[in-house]
Amino acid sequence: MAEFTLPKNSVLTEGKTFKAPQGASNIRRFEVYRWNPESGENPRVDAYELDMDDCGPMVLDAILKIKNDVDSTLTFRRSCREGVCGSCAMNVNGKNTLACTKAIDSYSGTVKIFPLPHMQVVKDLVPDMTHFYAQYASIKPWIETQTPAPADTERLQSREDRAKLDGLYECVLCACCSTSCPSYWWNSERYLGPAVLLQAYRWLADSRDENAGERLDGLDDPFKLYRCHTIMNCTDTCPKGLNPAKAIAETKKLLVKRQLG
Amino acid sequence: MDFRTPIAKARGLGSAKAGTSHWWMQRVSAVALVPLSFWLIVFLDLCLTSPYQQTVGWLAVPLNSVCIVAWIVAAFYHAALGLQVVIEDYVAAEGVKIVSVWAVNLVFGFLALAALLALFRIILIG
Repeated sequence: MAEFTLPKNSVLTEGKTFKAPQGASNIRRFEVYRWNPESGENPRVDAYELDMDDCGPMVLDAILKIKNDVDSTLTFRRSCREGVCGSCAMNVNGKNTLACTKAIDSYSGTVKIFPLPHMQVVKDLVPDMTHFYAQYASIKPWIETQTPAPADTERLQSREDRAKLDGLYECVLCACCSTSCPSYWWNSERYLGPAVLLQAYRWLADSRDENAGERLDGLDDPFKLYRCHTIMNCTDTCPKGLNPAKAIAETKKLLVKRQLG
Repeated sequence: MDFRTPIAKARGLGSAKAGTSHWWMQRVSAVALVPLSFWLIVFLDLCLTSPYQQTVGWLAVPLNSVCIVAWIVAAFYHAALGLQVVIEDYVAAEGVKIVSVWAVNLVFGFLALAALLALFRIILIG
């Protein structure tokens, strides 16, 4: 059965509290999930009180401040700090988002920061993305053609056909959507999840690709595709404002279309 | 230790190349049930205040017979398709899953047959 309770060694315990510096007046409390595989201890929640007058505006700024000034043992991923790399995806106050593009002021009170839900944790806020990336590779996210590349031009595409990729190509594979999807929680071994299915549709929608049939063959499966029940968490949570649920619906429409004509 | 590569695990046994018909028929049966269920509600409402023989007489009218048979077939088919999806979602153990899917399809098939038989019996015998 799907597991609805945490195993014993995953139950959260209360951690340390790091007080704000003396004299700070604009204080925000951040509660952060901490787990170190080498300690043998259960995960805990550490609390950090930060002086907001001495901290940048985004959630990632607060995390960086903790790392730089308060507790250097905090482990997390980040790179671009402007929403194009997808590294700092995490669960903030119960919703997956990119820490770098989410303003602290969009929350009131304590900010609770956890790793992406239902993923194996490597350490602290770092989830193991191995299976997610392997699923991405499995849908062949590159152009596939029968026709050899033109000798001295690009493969051409009309403006209208190019416009069909808008809302698809912007995906940064942060996995916020897939890890917010209950179907992906219960069946991620086989269900590809919204992020990978959006990418699969990105290649189905590309007028230059010549392998739509094989791509649809690969998706026509009760688990790989049809675990999507239009729950819409993916679209609700996407920090880039994309609509994976619609891409999945379009894929289902293509599969029906090729059966019914 | 599991030495399979991540891509081997992700690709698994490949695509079943099935699933579209199941999903599509769930939608088709759902759409069919919208008018049929409205008809059924009105029909049952009339039956509530009518004598038994009158109800049987109405059921024997060809249009009503077709509607009730269509409702029975669509409702049990839709229920079986839907419950199979629920089982596939939540039951991870392979053996239990397969037996549960069998059981659901057999039970709903049996219930549909029983409902149809009951219907024919009261129409033909009274």
